[in-house]
This record gives sequence, C-alpha cells and structure tokens, in this order.
Amino acid sequence: MDISFSLGWVDYLIMIIYFVFVLGIGFALKRYMKSSADFLTGGKSIPAWITGLAFISTNLGALEVMGMAASGAKYGMITTHFYWIGAIPAMIFLGLFMMPFYYGSKARSVPEYLKMRFDEKTRGFNAVSFAIMTIFASGISMYALAMLMETLLGWNFTFSIFISALIVLVYTYLGGLKSAIYNEVLQFFLIVIGFLPLVFLGLISIGGWEGLTSQLAEVATSHGYAAGAYTETWSPVANSSDNPMGVDWFGIFMGLGFVLSFGYWCTNFLVVQRAMAAGSMSAARKTPLIGALPKMFIPFLVIVPGMIAMALTSDPDSGFALPIKGNSYDYDKVIPMMLGYYFPTGVLGLGLTALMASFMSGMAGNVTAFNTVWTYDIYQSYINPDKSDKHYLRVGQMATVFGILVSIGAAYMAALFNNVMDFLQLIFAFINAPLFATFLLGMFWRRTTGHGAFFGLLSGTAAAAIHHGLTQPYGAVTLIKGGWLGTVVHTYPSEMAQNFWTAIFAFFACLAMTIIISLLTKQNKTKDELKGLVYSLTPRIKDESKRWYQRPEFLAVIVGIIAVVLSIIFW
Amino acid sequence: MEVDIRLPIGLMFTLLGLLLLIFGITTEADPELYKRSLEINVNFWSGLIMLVFGGLMLVFALRAKKSKTK
Repeated sequence: MDISFSLGWVDYLIMIIYFVFVLGIGFALKRYMKSSADFLTGGKSIPAWITGLAFISTNLGALEVMGMAASGAKYGMITTHFYWIGAIPAMIFLGLFMMPFYYGSKARSVPEYLKMRFDEKTRGFNAVSFAIMTIFASGISMYALAMLMETLLGWNFTFSIFISALIVLVYTYLGGLKSAIYNEVLQFFLIVIGFLPLVFLGLISIGGWEGLTSQLAEVATSHGYAAGAYTETWSPVANSSDNPMGVDWFGIFMGLGFVLSFGYWCTNFLVVQRAMAAGSMSAARKTPLIGALPKMFIPFLVIVPGMIAMALTSDPDSGFALPIKGNSYDYDKVIPMMLGYYFPTGVLGLGLTALMASFMSGMAGNVTAFNTVWTYDIYQSYINPDKSDKHYLRVGQMATVFGILVSIGAAYMAALFNNVMDFLQLIFAFINAPLFATFLLGMFWRRTTGHGAFFGLLSGTAAAAIHHGLTQPYGAVTLIKGGWLGTVVHTYPSEMAQNFWTAIFAFFACLAMTIIISLLTKQNKTKDELKGLVYSLTPRIKDESKRWYQRPEFLAVIVGIIAVVLSIIFW
Repeated sequence: MEVDIRLPIGLMFTLLGLLLLIFGITTEADPELYKRSLEINVNFWSGLIMLVFGGLMLVFALRAKKSKTK
C-alpha cells in the first residue's frame, strides 16, 4: 500500500490559514512583553480554562499522538492505562495537594521551588538535567515530524525542519509563554476537530464498537490471548502473560499509575509551568483538573484509530494493511496511513494540519519551559546575577532562539545516530524516575533536608541504572535494553514491564535514602523559610470561589467519578 | 486578559469551516473523491462542525467584550 499522497490547493490553503493564525497570536501579544515575567511566566494572569487546555495540549505533541496510536494498534485498549490510571490520579493530586505549594511559594519554576525548599545543588541538578532533556525532546519530535513529511508529502527533510522550527520560533519569541499557551488552546481544538472524522469514518467502516471488538477478538485468539485482550482494560492485565504488553496489574498500578505518572504530571516543569501561569491560586489548582476532563477522552481520539488500523490489517478484504518493518508491523505509521486511507483532499489538509499543530504545541511547550529554566535557574543563578530585569528579558528571548537552534542540531543528530538518542532517553528516564519521591517528602515531611533530597535523588537514579543494568526484557538483543552490567538476574516479559519496575526501584531507593540521610543531617532551612513550602507549616488555604461547585475539590470529585466509570465500562 | 483568545480561535474555525463547507458543496457531485470516505461528504460535515464551533467562540468573545465596555 502506497502511503505517499498528493495535496490539493484546499489542503495547502488550510495549512496556510493555520500558520497565519498562530503567527498572528504571537504578533498580537508582542506589545505586552515588557518584563522577563511577562515573557517567561505569562504574567500570572491567565484564566483556568485556558491554562487547563494548554496543560494537556502541550503534552499532546506529535510523538504522543503517533505513539499512542501505535500502542493502540500494538497493545489495544490497555493503552488507556496511560490515561485513566496513568494521568488522572496524578493530575488530581497535583491540583488538590501540590499546586498550593508551587503557586503559593511564588517560585517561577519547578527547580526554583527545589532551591527554596532544599538547596542550591538540588536545584542545579534538576535545572540542568531538565534543560538538556527538553531540548532533546523537541529535537526528537522535530525529527519525527520531518521524517513524516518526507515520506508522506515528499517534502525535503531540511525544509520541514526549518519551516516548523521557524514558526514555533516566531510565535514564542514574540509572545513568550503566553503566546505558547494561547496557541496551545487553538492547537488543542484543531487536533480534536482534525482527528475526529478519522474516528468516525473508522468506526463506521468497521461496524462500530461491536465490529471492532469482534474483529480484534479474532486477532487476540490467534495470538493465544483471551478474546477481549485488545478491547478491555483491566481484565487482560490479571497476568502479564494475558496481554500483548506483557504487564500485570501491579506493575500498572505501582509503576505506571503511581511512580511514572506522578513523577511526570506532578514534577515536570513542562506541564506544571502552565498551571503556574494561572491568574489566581484557585485557577492554578483548577488547571490540571480542567485539563483532566478532556484528557480522559483523548484515548478515543488517538488509541481507537490505532485499534481500528489493527482490525483492518487483520481483515484481508479491507484493502488496508500496516506496512511491515523488520519482523513486525511498522506501528508508528498508523496515523499517517489512516489519514491517507480515509481522508479525501480537504479534510486531508485538515488532518495534516492537526498533526502539525500537535507537533508545535509539544515543541513550544519544551521551548518555553527551557527558556525559563535557563534564564532564572541557570543564567541568573550561576552565570550573571544582579542584572536589570530588561537584561533577563533579553536573555529569555535569546534563550528561545538558542534553544530552537540546539533542537535543530538534536534533530539532525537523531537522523544520524539513532543509538545516541536511545541512550539519552534512557539516562533521562533514570533521572526522572525518582523525582516524585523527593517532592512528596519535601512537601509533606518538614524534616527532609537539602542533603537528603540531593543524595536521595542520586541514589534513586543509581538504583534505576543498576536495575536496568541487571535486567532485560524478553528477547533483548542490544545492551541499550538492559543487562549491560554483565549478568542478567531477571528477564521481564516486555520492555514496558521492565520500565515500570525500573521506576518502582528508583522511587523506593530515593524515598528510603532521602529519609535516612535527612534523619542523619541537620535541617538547613529555618521554620520561617519553609513556610508556604511544606504542608505542616502552611496555613490551610480557603478557596476564593464563592459557590461550592466552582471549587477545585468538587471538580476533582467529578473527574474522579468519570475516570472510574470509564474504567468500569471498558473493564 | 489583553487578548481574548476566543476571538482568533473563533475567526480561524469560522474561516476554515466556511472553506471546507463550500469545498464540500462544490465537490458533492464528485463520486471518485468521496469513495475513500465511505461515500460520506466528510468535507461538508467537518466544515459545518467547524463553522458552528467557530461561530460559538465568536459569540462568546463578542459578548464578553460587550459586558466589559458597559
């Protein structure tokens, strides 16, 4: 099946209209960028519904969209665990319990909170690793997009890189974080409306959810799984051998649902920055909760098309088949293949524009998080303190340009050395895995000390590396998958299971070491300094919303109920 | 809010909606084009949905502006 397609004038016109509007938002916001705070923190004035949509939109990058569709095809409905258990509880926790400290501390970034709560070295470690990570993340997604445009539309690789980087550069350089956030809202709606026809057409052609279930039941039984392995969520994970992901409920619950999910949603500045930009404490707390409402339904937009693609592939009469890569299907091609299969010119342009919008929302998120951490946590702290605010505004703008240039370099590096990228992602996984333990102890146990936090984090990272070095997923052939310490003490049924357990080990190592070292060292912060940063020393906040149904707690209950109901429906 | 984001969102979706709607109507007679989308004029329907969404956003934005100037 040929996957390159030609576009008509309508398709190009749609793209151009979209480009004009994202750039226009940047130009419209340019005159409000007067201080470094306007540029880097959005001036803390944005309403909750906007930051809430931006919160999930920035996470809905092109890699997420294509990756989740790929997992939908490969693993089926259990991919929704990355949403209903792997995001919603953490988003509720962030909104109810952690935002009061992030927002109330007046920290301008997550690393800065670490500095206020712990010490300089903990901040430095987090700031530097985060800055490098965001740049590489945006480089990798740029690479993925350019590759896609090359295979689909025959666009030149370099042309795709430069046009996408240039547009993101212009609107983030002009309007800073606010421009990124506003555009993320626009991009969010575009992604939803652009992919919705795909889900509809796919479901109609396969005979609705019923048709999909029966077609995938055949696939499941032919692989030796129970009939519902691809279309149910919790029943296939009773045992790791019951599902194609090779994970069990404990790994999902602890590894994904607790450690990885809380580590990402509650400590990653990329998303937390959106909540910090809200106009009030109440709006900041509601940001992740408002984001959680649409977040729960995104699986139907990105995972279900992947499942449909798998069902169509297994039906020889459909005329659709995923391409083969090596000895399995090339799952990453799900979204582009489906767009080409169902969309005539017109909506095809819309779908491709939606894909570009998702890429831009992810990249702009990385860039705006990078320039803030660079300016406040690296430049102002270590390189050039005590300058005028004008100077830091300039540095922030320069960091935007610099960050995008380095991302372009990273994109070319990804094109040249695939292994380097895998290696870097692995290192970042080790650094991120224990982070939530540090924040949990820092926010809820006042005895936690700076030394405890820093060496706890290092121990967690070391534990992740050692666990990864001693274990392997089933069928691993390269050392990048694990086992590089010479002996393999345990073989996991899948890479996913290994990842979950690496995270679990890292979290508990960090938790234990932080507690032990904190008890052995003296508290480096006074009671006064910790006020507003630690639960027991912070006065309970009263939400300023007048009516009970406008309060974060009520919203959290609603979100929780919907997530539980969805899980039960697709049990 | 110095810039009401609903205004550009409303404008963009109204514009894109109109474009697809008109394109859908003019290509209605082209059976080749809609064969892949199961004989459904998906341009028309997507355009209509976007137009309604864009229009709603514009109404919200303009109402907010009115109540502000009052």
